[in-house]
Parts: sequence; structure tokens; C-alpha cells
Amino acid sequence: MKVTFPHMGYMYVSLKGMLEYLGIDVVVPPACSKKTLTLGVKHSPEFACLPLKLNIGNFIEAKELGADTIMMAGGCGPCRFGYYAYVENEILKDLKVDYNLVVMEPPEKHIGELLGRIRKITGNRPWLQIIKALRFGFLKAKAVDEVEVLSFQIRPRELVRGSTDRALQKAINLIDEAKTTTELTIALERAKELMRVVPAERERPALRVALIGEIYTLLEPYANVNIERHLGQLGVEVDRSMMLSQWVNDHLFMGLVRNIPSSDRFKKVAAPYLNHFVGGHGLETVGSAVWYARQGYDGAIQVLPFTCMPEIVAQSILPKVSAEVDMPIMTLIMDEHSGEAGLITRLEAFIDLLKRKKEQKEALTS
Amino acid sequence: MKGYLGIDVGSVSTNIVFMNEATEVLESLYLRTNGQPVATVQRGLKQLRSKLPANTIVKGVGTTGSGRQLIGIVTGADAIKNEITAHAVAASHLVPGVQTVLEIGGQDSKIIILRDGVVADFAMNTVCAAGTGSFLDQQASRLNIAIEEFGDLALKGRSPVRIAGRCAVFAESDMIHKQQMGFNLEDILAGLCEALVRNYLNNVGKGKEIRGPVVFQGGVAANVGMRKAFEKALGLPVQVPKYYNVMGAVGAALLAKETVSKGIPTRFKGFGVADVEYKAGTFECDGCPNLCEVIEMTEAGQVIARWGDRCGKWANALAASEAAI
Ligand code: SF4
Repeated sequence: MKVTFPHMGYMYVSLKGMLEYLGIDVVVPPACSKKTLTLGVKHSPEFACLPLKLNIGNFIEAKELGADTIMMAGGCGPCRFGYYAYVENEILKDLKVDYNLVVMEPPEKHIGELLGRIRKITGNRPWLQIIKALRFGFLKAKAVDEVEVLSFQIRPRELVRGSTDRALQKAINLIDEAKTTTELTIALERAKELMRVVPAERERPALRVALIGEIYTLLEPYANVNIERHLGQLGVEVDRSMMLSQWVNDHLFMGLVRNIPSSDRFKKVAAPYLNHFVGGHGLETVGSAVWYARQGYDGAIQVLPFTCMPEIVAQSILPKVSAEVDMPIMTLIMDEHSGEAGLITRLEAFIDLLKRKKEQKEALTS
Repeated sequence: MKGYLGIDVGSVSTNIVFMNEATEVLESLYLRTNGQPVATVQRGLKQLRSKLPANTIVKGVGTTGSGRQLIGIVTGADAIKNEITAHAVAASHLVPGVQTVLEIGGQDSKIIILRDGVVADFAMNTVCAAGTGSFLDQQASRLNIAIEEFGDLALKGRSPVRIAGRCAVFAESDMIHKQQMGFNLEDILAGLCEALVRNYLNNVGKGKEIRGPVVFQGGVAANVGMRKAFEKALGLPVQVPKYYNVMGAVGAALLAKETVSKGIPTRFKGFGVADVEYKAGTFECDGCPNLCEVIEMTEAGQVIARWGDRCGKWANALAASEAAI
């Protein structure tokens, strides 16, 4: 059995770590690229959203490398994502790209449900080993998140353009290569060191912008046209409302791990604007705007795939939120036609807007 | 004479203005970009040099538009700004106190909301061509009328025909249908203007609070029919500023003035830029399956800019060597 899964940012580090810990063969699909998208677009329904198209591309590319089993998350509620795994499997069958499909749906009541699904991949390996593997994968996700957060802070202050990106890539590779928990601890220290030595003007003030919205387009840089890098190079410190370890803890471990920020902090403050589930993370998106405004952020950017229903609901509520919390919010919709030049123009204009607003505020208060 | 240059390089047209120290626009050029931004700007600078007195001193240069980075490097610009900021700066300079800017150009349209002289919100529409200048051009030529007459004819429409304006394809077929039904041309044109305005307000201006003074700029602002339709839909007077057609360039010149007024000496390389040989070469990077088409600009044999790479490998390599110097 050779297991593969779709790309979503650095999620591969965590999943690969977990599966290899159990001695399962893993095929990581090549990073999302134009080729991935072209394959996906060609074989997906036109009206499907960008994540589905990239997933299909990932699976076709992974098949070429010998993968035979797909491990994929499922979902529930009005968002289409819930049945993507099955739709994708049907598309692949039609293409004669044969796979075994294992869907990891969020447990409804008890973590045991998740463990049952995991059994399909792990066979009869002892439970203790499986739990250790899960923990190992989770630790990797946490490690990756830690260095990513460092990159958010360093990039706007780097002295040589691109140096943060190079360091981040090396840091992620170190974490990826760790085979045991002990190795991982050492790798993380070295990775953080790599980030710390990037030449930067640490004290330089920077605007703070939150990236909020749909999880896939937030986490997968190919889908969001590298928005974090562009913002960083415009001198902006970003924070992402959704980090991998947080998502895993919230959705797969049902919040069992302590000390991980949870999306509950967003749900709690969404209430005056939206107080029921609208599918996907629409509720969290609305709440995150409020939350970041209260943390003193200068602005927020909502990112979503074209036709994403929960996010469209959130989008229609955000202007009201923006006016009341007095924080500008811009929405960027991603699809296969999104051009980089147009995106940069909008980002620049938005950052200009935030800068001028901040200058005005400072002039008033000083 | 002393003054500032503003250059707006779009994919379709390139505008250059020369503004004196009292911020009066003395010269303005409109050129077709024809896919060759550098050659176009060089041609423009040559024309400008021959029009301006020999003792002209350029105190600062600003660039905007999709080619702003490239032309900024080529000319040595002091301010390189996106077109939204440039348009907002120009509008609030020419119409002090403006709160809403409606902008419709050849390819794209935008709305900018200003409060207290600062951009408070904006939206831009580039995906759908409905409501843009090229669509009006097309319809004028299909109906066999000069685009300059379009607006005046539309003004004569007494009872505008309702045209489906949700999308250019529907609008065109609906117009043909209304013609076949025998409505007169003036009413159809007036109806088309109203449909395009509706489309703009629903798509670009959606959710924005439009307050007066309202400024209408961009190539389409020349069309009085469109202006009338905006006034009717908004219930507000709509002003078209004098340089409605070159507002991006005006804004870029103003931004350059702002930059050098902080005491930073200009980086303008001089009108001699027009005679230097610039070459654009391309190569396909095979570093990964993105196979980016990387474009490389050389000035007298030396690479001065690279772009088009998705990962930043090439653009950043240049930045790193710059830092090493
Ligand atoms: S420039 Fe970067 S992203 Fe583009 S093909 Fe080369 S390596 Fe890949």
C-alpha cells in the first residue's frame, strides 16, 4: 500500500510524519504547480471550486509516482467539501486512475470513530503505536506552525529580499526529515535558529494584517498566489486565522490538546453579526474579523475560492462588521483565472489605505 | 522650467503628463501601449522632450499602472504606486473634498470611496468586460456611429429603452432585439448607458455608500450619456474633471512631488532614457513544473529587472545581488 493525500500548504509534513512513523509507504504529490492545476481543470467540472481542481491534479500526479490509496478529510454541513472525497474518487475512476479511498471524517461524538477510520490504513498495528504516531504527526504540525509564525514576523523586516523564504524552506525540510520525537525536538531548535539568523531589522514597525477566510485557500500558497509573501514584502506582518495544528486539534481531536489556540475564540465573538452555523468556516470568518479588530490589527483580508458558499455568506456580513469595529476588510476571491498582477495591485492599494488611516490616527492621538 | 513627470502604463494605453510646480498640467500624451511598454514610454519621452523648453528640469517622476515597476526601473522613478492610490490622489487634488470616484476605463472599472481626503474603501472589476470602454466602442462601431457622438445621441433619448445589462453578451443581444422591434437609436443608446451604469453600480459599487461630491473619470467619462445616466441613478450631480482621461498619470506626478518634497533627491535618469537600448528577453525556467516564462530586461547589456517567476527565485536573485553591491 502506498498512501497519498492532497496538498494543503505544509500539511504533508505532518501526515507523512505520522504515516511513516507506522512504517506505511507514503507518496507525497509534487508541490502544486501549473501542471497540477492544468490537470485538475481539465478533468473537473467547470463549476467546481479551486480546491477540488487542485486535489484532482495532486492525485493524478501522485498516481504517476506509484500511489494507490488516498487518504482524505471529509466534512459535514452545507459546504460541498463534505462530499469532495467521493466526487473526486468518481472522477478518478472515470479517468481509470484507480485508487482505494479512505475518508477521515471528523468524529461526531467520540474520538473512537476517528480511530476506527484510521484502522483502514493502519491494519492491525497496535493501538498504542497508532496513538504515538498521531501524536508525532501532530507535533510536526505544531513545529511547522511555529516556524511559519516566525516567518510572518521576519519577512516584513528582512534586509535581503527572499532570505526569509529560503530560510523557511530549509527549516521545513529539517522538520520533515525528523524520524523520531527526539529528532524532531532537535530539528525544531535548529529550524528556529535558522529563522533567527535571517538578517533583519527586528525593531522596524510594521502594519499588522490578518488573513481570514476559507481554510484551503488560506493554507495552500499556490491557491492564494503566495499572498503571505507578497504582503511580507510590502512590509506587512501577517497573522493567519487558521493554522494546521489548530485545525487538527479542533476538528480531529475535538479540542483535546490544551494550549493550542482554538477557533472557539472566533465563534464566541461572532454572535452580534451571525449566530448560527452556515457551513464550512463562515461563522469563524465573521468572528475572526471581530477578534482581530479587538487585538488592534490594522486590517483583515478575507480569502476564499470562487463559488464558496459559506464564505459568500460571511462576505456579505463583513462590510457591517468592518464599519462597526472600524477595521478595513478586503475580500479576495481565488480561482484558476486569478492573475498575480491584479492581486498585487489590490494588495498594494489596500496597504496604502491602511497606512494612511494609521497615520491619520497617530496624528490625532499625538 | 521645473516640474514633475507622471507616467501611467496600462496594458492598452500609456499616458504621460508633465506638471509644473504649481501642479498645472502643461503637457499630456496619450499613446497606445501595443504590448511594448518600454518602447512606448521611450517614444513618449522623446515627444515630450521636443515639446518642452530646453532648460526644463524634472524634479521628480512617478509611475503607475500595470507596468509601473518596469517603467519605474527604466526611468528611475521616485514614486511607484498602484493605480487605485494614484487615481484617488489625482481626484482629491482636482476636486477637493471628493468622496466618491467612479472610474471606467477601456478594460477595467473601479470605485474609490474617500473620507476626509483618505481612501476608505475601493473595489475593482477586471474579470468581466461589461460596462467598460471597449464594449461601448464595439457597440458604436456596430451601430455605425462615431464614439464621440455616442454620448450626445444618448442624451437625446426621451424614453430610454430598458436593456438587460447584466453582462455584455446579454446587453448586445438585447440591443439587437430592441432595434429589430423598431425603437429609435437615441432611446436605445440612452437605455444602454443606463444598463451599463446599473451593471457598474451592482457589481463594482455593491455595498458601498456613495456620497457626493462624486467624480467620474477614465476614458468613458467623455461620454455625456454615461454621466447623465449616473446622475439619474445616484440622484447626485456628477463631475468630470478636466484631465479625466489621464488621471493616473496626474496622480503619479503628484505622488512624485510628494516624495521629493521630503528632501529625497530625484532618481530620474533623464530624457536620455529615450535613447538607451533596452531589450526584453524571455526564458522558460525548468526549476519546477510551473515552467514560468521569466522576462528579463537589459539596459545596455546589463540585466536590470526580471519578473514573471512565481517562486521569486529570479526576481529575488537580482535583489540579492543588488544588496551585495
Ligand atoms: S521560476 Fe520558480 S516557480 Fe517558476 S518555474 Fe522556475 S522554479 Fe518554478
